[in-house]
Amino acid sequence: MNHDVPLHGLRPDEPAIETVGLRKSFGDLEVLKGIDMAIAAGQVVCVIGPSGSGKSTLLRCVNLLEQPSAGEVRVEGVNIVDPDIDIDAVRARIGMVFQQFNLFPHLNVLKNLMLAQRRVLGRGRAEAEEVARQQLDRVGLSDKVDAHPAQLSGGQLQRVAIARALSMNPDMMLFDEPTSALDPELVGEVLDVMRGLAREGMTMMVVTHEMGFAREVGDHLVFMDEGVIMEEGVPREVLENPRHERTQAFLSKVL
Amino acid sequence: MGRRTRQRLWRGGLYAVLIGLVVFVAVSADWANLQRQFFQLDIARELFPDVIAIAAKNTVKFTAISFVGGFSIGLALALMRLSPIAPFRWMAIIYIEVFRGLPALLTIFATSLVLPIALGVRIPAFAGMSTFAAAGVVGLIIVSAAYFAEVFRAGIQAVPKGQSEAARSLGMSPATTMTYVVLPQAIRTVIPPLTNEFVLLIKDTALIFLAVGGVSADRELTAFGSARIQEFGNATPLIVTALMYLAITIPLTQLVAWMERRDMRSSGAREPNQFTTKLRLLAKRGTSNR
Repeated sequence: MNHDVPLHGLRPDEPAIETVGLRKSFGDLEVLKGIDMAIAAGQVVCVIGPSGSGKSTLLRCVNLLEQPSAGEVRVEGVNIVDPDIDIDAVRARIGMVFQQFNLFPHLNVLKNLMLAQRRVLGRGRAEAEEVARQQLDRVGLSDKVDAHPAQLSGGQLQRVAIARALSMNPDMMLFDEPTSALDPELVGEVLDVMRGLAREGMTMMVVTHEMGFAREVGDHLVFMDEGVIMEEGVPREVLENPRHERTQAFLSKVL
Repeated sequence: MGRRTRQRLWRGGLYAVLIGLVVFVAVSADWANLQRQFFQLDIARELFPDVIAIAAKNTVKFTAISFVGGFSIGLALALMRLSPIAPFRWMAIIYIEVFRGLPALLTIFATSLVLPIALGVRIPAFAGMSTFAAAGVVGLIIVSAAYFAEVFRAGIQAVPKGQSEAARSLGMSPATTMTYVVLPQAIRTVIPPLTNEFVLLIKDTALIFLAVGGVSADRELTAFGSARIQEFGNATPLIVTALMYLAITIPLTQLVAWMERRDMRSSGAREPNQFTTKLRLLAKRGTSNR
């Protein structure tokens, strides 16, 4: 548990992430039509589905990058949709990795990892740098501390982005299609890092098109289509014996 | 007659007109009088050292103070313009629209003449300037802030949304995100249009002559030039003053051009920067607006 940011009322026995009747509309378009989902601490849940199914929106609702239209998002038992919740403190505990990496291009790798540690967690320079170096080492990029994002490959950028999120010592990690913007030969290095994280017991919610990763690393698989969860279960079973015809149609296209 | 022959005749005709004009001017102009009116070396010599020690110094000083003021207020206006709080947005929009829509001279007229006469309010002397110069500079700050605000707004909006999302997802507050993630990138993007605004500002300090007309220590290049033209009954100070302006502005415009070329080269080599084109257009629009 991360105790750097005080947040009262957390109940670690509750699911790490839980959504209850979660709905989200953009204008007249309802993207999420009542999602009930729970992720236990230490669990790796992969979310798959065709584009436009609402899977990224669901992920972005979990740290309130999208404000839900209705329903609850509970993080360790606390409904974070409640306007009285300090959302910055919640977000500091939830790491997020984006499809487009979103490293800060004006800062070098080390400073990318140190900025939020210093400004959000209030860590001193020395401590922040030590944590940053540890996390870079973990993703295998110790030699890139002084590099600028423009000098790195896509796979390296994404590993730095993961290290940046980990530098905050989050309780859980959200991945929004982390390998979709990568050249095929660079996908493996990012998945390796994620596999290592899962092995260490990190709670992870992963929106992905990597069925192999979902099968091998995921504890649970959720298939979404048209804003609802169509089917979910043990990854191998869902992937090999999809019950719903939508799931069958989708898997026949991507596998 | 072939296309090529027609083209050649047409071009020959244009050259003939040009040569005719040059000959006409050369023959008809009263060169002796022109030289007497515009290029009297002894008058030019008498302008020194004041033209540099007072006039050029004041132009540079007024520009620098206006730049700092316009930059700061413009940045604040841009942040208000993008604020989630509607009244802040309205105030910024009204300010920007009013002071971009009015001639700068009118605003300086207001701060330097109308305020003291109508309301008995004088802009206090500051930064080593008399109350007269200060009134002019305040007018210029008010006007330039509106232009700076639009440049900053474009720059802030040009920073990809993913940047602030990444910062917010790390737990940074909106203010921390703006200060450490968005603004450093925005300001870097707007350096060429900012430099452009700086050049415009140098020229606009000429408008301060309205405020400082009678006070010789406060005269910048234009006020200095116009006073000396009257004093000597001769136009030589105009030429000297013009040369002084060009000596200040041309290096700067060349700097802007160099930065734009470098910017284009680097945007080709590194991440594509589709926003600088828009910003360059914005800067050009700023030029023609005044």
